[in-house]
Amino acid sequence: MMSFVEIRRRLWHGTVDHLDAPLFFITVAIMGVGLATVFSATYDSQNRLMSQFINMAVAMTLMWGVAQVPPQKLMRFAVPLYVIGVVLLILVFLFGIKVNGARRWLNIGITRIQPSEIMKLAMPLMLAWYFHKYEAALKWRHYAVAALLLMIPFGLVAKQPDLGTAILIGAAGFYVLFFAGLQWKVILGLAAAGAAAAPVLWNFLHDYQKKRILTLVDPTSDPLGSGYHIIQATIAIGSGGTMGKGWLQGTQTHLEFIPEKHTDFIFAVYSEEWGLAGNAVLLVLYLLLIGRGMMIAANASTLFGRLLAGSITLSLFTYAFINMGMVSGIMPVVGVPLPFMSYGGTALVTLCTGLGILMSIQTHRMLVKK
Amino acid sequence: MRRRHHDDFHHQDGDLERFRFRLGFAAVAVLLAFLLLFARFVWLQVFQHEYYTTRAEGNRISLVPIVPNRGLIVDRNGVVLARNYSAFTLELTPSKVHDLETTIDALAELIEIQAKDRKRFKKLMEESKNFESIPIRTRLTEKEVAIVAANRYRFPGVEVKARLFRQYPLGESGSHALGYIGRVNDRDLERIELAEQSPNYKGTDHFGKSGLEQKYEFHLHGQTGYEEVEVDAGGRAVRILSRTAPVSGNNLTLTLDSKLQKVVEQAFGERRGALVAIEPESGGVLALVSMPAFDPNLFVDGIRSEDWDAYNTNPDKPMLNRAIYGAYPPGSTFKPFMALAALETGKRTPQQAISDPGYFNFGGHQFRDDKKGGHGIVDMYKSIVHSCDTYYYVLANDLGIDGISNFMAPLGFGQRSGIDIEGESEGVLPSQAWKKKRFKKPEQQKWYAGETISIGIGQGYNAYTMLQLAQATSTVANNGVMFRPHIVKYITDTKTGERTMIEPEPMRILPYKQQNIDVIKKGLVGVIKEGTGARAFAGAEYEAAGKTGTAQVYSLKGETYQAGKVKERLRDHALFMAYAPADKPKIALAVIVENGGFGAQSAAPIARMVFDYYLLGKLPKGAAEEDAAALEADE
Repeated sequence: MMSFVEIRRRLWHGTVDHLDAPLFFITVAIMGVGLATVFSATYDSQNRLMSQFINMAVAMTLMWGVAQVPPQKLMRFAVPLYVIGVVLLILVFLFGIKVNGARRWLNIGITRIQPSEIMKLAMPLMLAWYFHKYEAALKWRHYAVAALLLMIPFGLVAKQPDLGTAILIGAAGFYVLFFAGLQWKVILGLAAAGAAAAPVLWNFLHDYQKKRILTLVDPTSDPLGSGYHIIQATIAIGSGGTMGKGWLQGTQTHLEFIPEKHTDFIFAVYSEEWGLAGNAVLLVLYLLLIGRGMMIAANASTLFGRLLAGSITLSLFTYAFINMGMVSGIMPVVGVPLPFMSYGGTALVTLCTGLGILMSIQTHRMLVKK
Repeated sequence: MRRRHHDDFHHQDGDLERFRFRLGFAAVAVLLAFLLLFARFVWLQVFQHEYYTTRAEGNRISLVPIVPNRGLIVDRNGVVLARNYSAFTLELTPSKVHDLETTIDALAELIEIQAKDRKRFKKLMEESKNFESIPIRTRLTEKEVAIVAANRYRFPGVEVKARLFRQYPLGESGSHALGYIGRVNDRDLERIELAEQSPNYKGTDHFGKSGLEQKYEFHLHGQTGYEEVEVDAGGRAVRILSRTAPVSGNNLTLTLDSKLQKVVEQAFGERRGALVAIEPESGGVLALVSMPAFDPNLFVDGIRSEDWDAYNTNPDKPMLNRAIYGAYPPGSTFKPFMALAALETGKRTPQQAISDPGYFNFGGHQFRDDKKGGHGIVDMYKSIVHSCDTYYYVLANDLGIDGISNFMAPLGFGQRSGIDIEGESEGVLPSQAWKKKRFKKPEQQKWYAGETISIGIGQGYNAYTMLQLAQATSTVANNGVMFRPHIVKYITDTKTGERTMIEPEPMRILPYKQQNIDVIKKGLVGVIKEGTGARAFAGAEYEAAGKTGTAQVYSLKGETYQAGKVKERLRDHALFMAYAPADKPKIALAVIVENGGFGAQSAAPIARMVFDYYLLGKLPKGAAEEDAAALEADE
């Protein structure tokens, strides 16, 4: 017979053993800030505090669940997940539902899914698995194959078109290649080639994408059209000042001047109400999160763990950087939510699954050591 | 190469080291990227903070103008001539309405929108800017307001607005003096800009178009108030932050007597013509009548095209202000002024007489008198009382054309009087210089002495407005003290109650000898007592002074003029100038009845009615009747 204390102890450990405390608490802190901001952003119309809270709870539960799965088992999902993802993307390409001129959704009977979301994790998982598999005898052709594996979903998503997600998927894959040791001269060569090809690629961009980039250069060129979002968001941030206008006091927010204020542009709401001080706090929280992720990657016991953790961590950074950069007017407008802040369940699920993987890599390493 | 690759990828420790190096590299990149973001935030939130605060405030705060109440116009006795009333209008802002036709059709299913409303809307739309709110229906009933309000969500860009409308309670009466207001057009905007009133006219959509409404626009308008309103991105007002109340426009109190005005209009009946009555001691206009008149109420919310066409195609030209724009030969009403000129220049004494054979020969041409065989021995008094043409033919010749024009100009003949409404015509005071300017061909530019002769009896080139004739009459009645005629007595500042009097000082004092003036006055009294005006003023309880006149419309060649045989439009114009009471004049006037025949026949009876009302308070029973018997009287 186990004592009551013993049962409680086991239960406790069963629950928390695979949670990484720093990751967990930093995330909870950002989510707390996010909830307060979602509350403010949706205060005047339909309040979304509760539903975002439920989204977070579900995502955290999923994170906890994923954290229980050892990396070795995660590896088994790599190929099937990638293949399913690619197949679904092809199906989207063929039969997808067109919304606002983009084919991103697939109707699977009960609900609509966005397969590109799966790819955000399936991509690094696949490439990390691939490099791990050939760890002992990595040759240049492995990089070539990896690059091909990267290009297929990237191309399919970019074609939808969903440039934001394609960039995120591409980045996640590239980070694996980078950490796997892709030579500097290749990276620099690719960058140079990319720069050289930019004028050509420009022609492949859709008009609205071109417009977004042009708008970034000069938002006032189209103040009521595509420049409007950036102008209003920038006004919100700038008028926030050092200390902000105070929670629920942002005029840009509450008089509906900020577009998409509870989703992609939530940072403008936060920044208006909390000012430079609030922005500093948020940047530090993200830095802590990324730092912890990097520590996990550095200490991971397998190549798979290292590459996957590194890629997920840098992806988190990429999300945050692109979003804040776009809202503050130094990046073109692409549909990238701010991690743990923006309203929406899908992004939270993906992000928390990623965190779960990081925790799994961290906690199972320790168990192995024991 | 291959060898090195081989080594790099096979040494586990080396791999780990390189991974950690790359991780470090990534960490630095992350830090730099976040520093970049932070720098951007510092730039926006510290250095550009003020700029963006202004932008945010500009977003948030909208200044909504509050249009002030337009000043009232009341007559000398406080009778309201122009006021405002509040009514609901249904308005559309074309730039906010997706499909105008469909929207109007849908609205027409809710409330009555007639074809004429649509027409007017189209006309207004052409004259307005796209973002202005334009009325499609005015004067909505309470029920209609409720119906539209309940359906408002269906119609973006459609609004029910409470607006103040101008109303002229007396309708057509006095319309040529009052003028009217209409929607602001480009020309009005220029005037507003010129007067540096643009900020004050934000939100104002009406502007004085003619008459006093035009002349005193900037007094009547008032000071626009503002509401600072917090608006959301959709432009909807969220709350009012502050309010600066508008200041109502200043009220105008006129010298005009609306009852007298009405009496005159009634006296005219269906006839065309004009009358200007002036208070000699102040220059205040007591009545300014131009017949037919128009209804200024029709213009207020945009005149319907039918009404506009009706006014414009009417051969009687109701929009024409005959009193100040119509220039007519004064006929015999000019004689008293000629007589005064003779005395003042010393060309005649009152006693100096001529023997009138019934004609005057000059340059091989015979200028005939009305009376066959002539008036016999005629001195100045008789020349006025019996309107002896020959006396004035000779006099005109003696004075010479420039002698005449030099004397008449200071009296206001051929000059704009400067009355406080727009649209005065100068008339024609002929002189050598005038003719030179008027004609192009050298042979036409020369003044011929023969042309001076008929000027003496008020025919020929000369043409004056009733305003000028009334002013000259008033000046003589006032012994040479001349006032600028004005319709507004004083302007009342609605805020302070302070009154600003208009022109209380004489404009000019003509240095006439009182004995000379008295001669003329005596002659004018004689006209009423025993001369051409005697029939019209038979039994009057006051002593009046006046002179009849007839302006030729149809040139007769040797035939005797018989009014009945000439078509109505070719009949002569009947004129009359007069003042009363003769010893202490309270009212001076000039009247013309177009195609009225002889002055004694149709103009003098109107003057009688005016004096009877103004001096005795007697109201006429109807239009002044033409005195057929006066046909025989001398003119």
